[in-house]
Amino acid sequence: MAIAVAIILALVAVGSVLFHFLSPWWWTPIASNWSRIDDTIIITFWITGFVFTAIVLFMAYCVFRFRHREGNRAAYEPENKKLESWLAIGTALGVAAILAPGLSVWYEYVNVPKGAAEVEVVGQQWLWSFRLPGKAGLLGTSDTKFVSSDNPLGLNPDDRNGRDNLVIIGDDLHLPVGKPVKMLLRSLDVVHDFYVPEFRAKMDLMPGIVTYFWFTPTKIGTFEILCAGFCGVGHPQMRGKVVVEEDKDYQIWLQKQQTFAEMFKLDTTKEKRASVR
Amino acid sequence: MVDITFDPGDVAPPAEVEDVELYHPHSWLTKYVFSQDAKVIAIQYSMTAISIGVVALVLSWLMRLQLGFPGRFSFIDGSNYYQYITMHGMIMVVYLLTALFLGGFGNYLIPLMVGARDMAFPYVNMLSYWVYLLAVLVLTASFFVPGGPTGAGWTLYPPQAILAGTPGSDWGIILMLASLMLFIIGFTMGGLNYVVTVLQARTRGMTLMRLPLTVWGIFTATVMALLAFPGLFVACVMMLFDRVLGTSFFMPAIIAGGEHLKYAGGSPILFQHLFWFFGHPEVYIVAVPAFGIVSDLISTHARKNIFGYRMMVWAIVSIGALSFVVWGHHMYVSGMNPQFGFFFAVTTLIIAVPTAIKVYNWVLTLWRGDIHLEVPMLFALAFIITFVIGGVTGLFLGNVSVDVPLSATMFVVAHFHMVMGVAPILVVFGGIYQWYPKVTGRMLDDTLGRIHFWVTFLGTYAIFFPMHYLGLIGVPRRYYELGDAAFIPPSAATLNAFITIAALIVGAAQIAFFFNLIWSLFKGRAAGGNPWRATTLEWQTPETPPGHGNWGKDLPIVYRWAYDYSVPGAKEDFLPQNQPPLAIPAAIGATS
Repeated sequence: MAIAVAIILALVAVGSVLFHFLSPWWWTPIASNWSRIDDTIIITFWITGFVFTAIVLFMAYCVFRFRHREGNRAAYEPENKKLESWLAIGTALGVAAILAPGLSVWYEYVNVPKGAAEVEVVGQQWLWSFRLPGKAGLLGTSDTKFVSSDNPLGLNPDDRNGRDNLVIIGDDLHLPVGKPVKMLLRSLDVVHDFYVPEFRAKMDLMPGIVTYFWFTPTKIGTFEILCAGFCGVGHPQMRGKVVVEEDKDYQIWLQKQQTFAEMFKLDTTKEKRASVR
Repeated sequence: MVDITFDPGDVAPPAEVEDVELYHPHSWLTKYVFSQDAKVIAIQYSMTAISIGVVALVLSWLMRLQLGFPGRFSFIDGSNYYQYITMHGMIMVVYLLTALFLGGFGNYLIPLMVGARDMAFPYVNMLSYWVYLLAVLVLTASFFVPGGPTGAGWTLYPPQAILAGTPGSDWGIILMLASLMLFIIGFTMGGLNYVVTVLQARTRGMTLMRLPLTVWGIFTATVMALLAFPGLFVACVMMLFDRVLGTSFFMPAIIAGGEHLKYAGGSPILFQHLFWFFGHPEVYIVAVPAFGIVSDLISTHARKNIFGYRMMVWAIVSIGALSFVVWGHHMYVSGMNPQFGFFFAVTTLIIAVPTAIKVYNWVLTLWRGDIHLEVPMLFALAFIITFVIGGVTGLFLGNVSVDVPLSATMFVVAHFHMVMGVAPILVVFGGIYQWYPKVTGRMLDDTLGRIHFWVTFLGTYAIFFPMHYLGLIGVPRRYYELGDAAFIPPSAATLNAFITIAALIVGAAQIAFFFNLIWSLFKGRAAGGNPWRATTLEWQTPETPPGHGNWGKDLPIVYRWAYDYSVPGAKEDFLPQNQPPLAIPAAIGATS
């Protein structure tokens, strides 16, 4: 009976390792610069996989080797300071080996490279919208209080810098391949999260503040945006698309986008006429 | 560590003060319902916790039906789905696991294991149960109010938790918050009892370093609970005010349904800090009693002292302390100051060291042991395996930059189920098989126990191990349907279906367990006082089940630590803690 238990425990360990290597369920091929995250995951799998397998196989061995037999007695060994120290040191080293690359990548993650383009992502229940700086290269200020049916992203109409911003409501975002981009994230209502699995990078949209993350798209293609911050019943349907393309195609797309001034124009005129009276 | 420095005849019996008359029951009502006996209270907590836990288990089947066979069941829509996951999560973490480990195991085992007659404040202890029951009833009421229970996710993040886009934002969320507040009040009452009893009511000879690790685990968890729950309490009060009074503690300016809401200036991230300041210690409050119990299960059935007892105590205490400085790892992508990521990643990975030491020590207890594969031992072994998986995936998630792609995916769901839902539940089962004979005087059926064990262990492993890989693909959590997602292979749907089938099979296997509990009450083999031949005090009571006051006329006196198994030279392979040392020969140098 002990042998059966030992074999099953050993099979759990071996089976888990086999599952890992044979499983068809592995990450989506990366399409951004964050391959160091994938590398750190691999290192972590090796270290933790080794520790898990060693512990379970050792347990299986003990269950069989030290099974109860008539006339047998357990040893009496309350502690073994030396062994415990070595195990603690070994663990600390293993943990450090995992933490070091993780922290190093995080350092890169929080420091946006100079010259990165800026794109604002505006999330709301249950839609992704975007704002890009215009020719002047600056994003105008914004506030939730400015949101109205003709100003759905809440841009400040009095801020000149916002006039030439390109406004994309609920449609695809295009990005030029190979250029780092800082995503500025803003929510009009609740917590959301801008997540494209192929880019690996993500960050929550936190209403009341502007959050950010950066990445460099490295592959041409169309990628799905998923909301990764629970935002109510429409959460799974809050989808969008990021199209990564050559710069020349990107420029063509840019030309076609509407500016804030164009979108708001009719109603500004109405207001001017009203205030004159 | 046999203590041979004094003659048993020289020990003065422990001083005792007469119990107040109020403490003794005089009617059926005060004996079985409004009892101040911690053993009765323990059973009340356990039955209530397990009952509401079964509700949460059924909710999980409903969730899995939707995930495994999306759209097949017309009564499960998006709205219901979020209500299921919220209630399932909150019930399991708080109302089942915390209540069962602290209120159930704690109440039964602490007085017995420390050699006391009862808890320090029996009346308050009794009240704590009724407050807990009230909390459970308030929570249950949320199933029946207009709009149904809250579907905000067990983490209840604002602003969505109190807005119309989330199910249950009318009444459900109010009842949830009220129920949590009641729970915390009840657990403060109980918690004070457990802490004071361990510190003040230990019998003569029971020093802190002679306590069984079960007591250390529950004691540490209780101290943590007393310090952590206030964070949740104030968060609930503030959210309740936001919902009911229109304050803006957590509510910034919001557009909802095209309308500008009246809120402004609040900070949703403040809620997250308060919630997780509670929430992280909370998951250790669930784990740490399991650590303690599993040490005692392994040492009893391996007939060997727990390896490295002092280190095990140190590890439990330091895990408890460290658990208060890691909460930010739940918020790496929340938009909080990114510099915090460095700090919390370091503290989170540091906590892995004492935790790993505990795993090594459990396994080293098996080494050169005399292993009896009784059902509690099987559950203990399964705990180690599943806890190691759950723990190492925590290393992935705690490592801040690795958390970036993995957060909010099924990897997180797999991690916390393995480490909190599978491993501690295996210890709950192991503990029930272990102590049922003490509580009832009868053994649970062994064959049913083994069937229950194997299906539960291998079944839950089959549910949650593969789930990590869904998360690696990028399958998000809290999605009731995936729809068309080009990056998700069709085989993921097959895996989801497999996981659902496994979950339903594991669910069905629990019938064997409940049947066993009830059947054995009437037909179980008589257990005697100490069927496992264990050293700890609860097995040394004069009566089984122990009577009111636990010890009869005289309190036990403790002479040794809790782990004198297979002591060289002793006739039996165990020496109970209250067994006096052998007579000391007068001449120095003579052998005994």
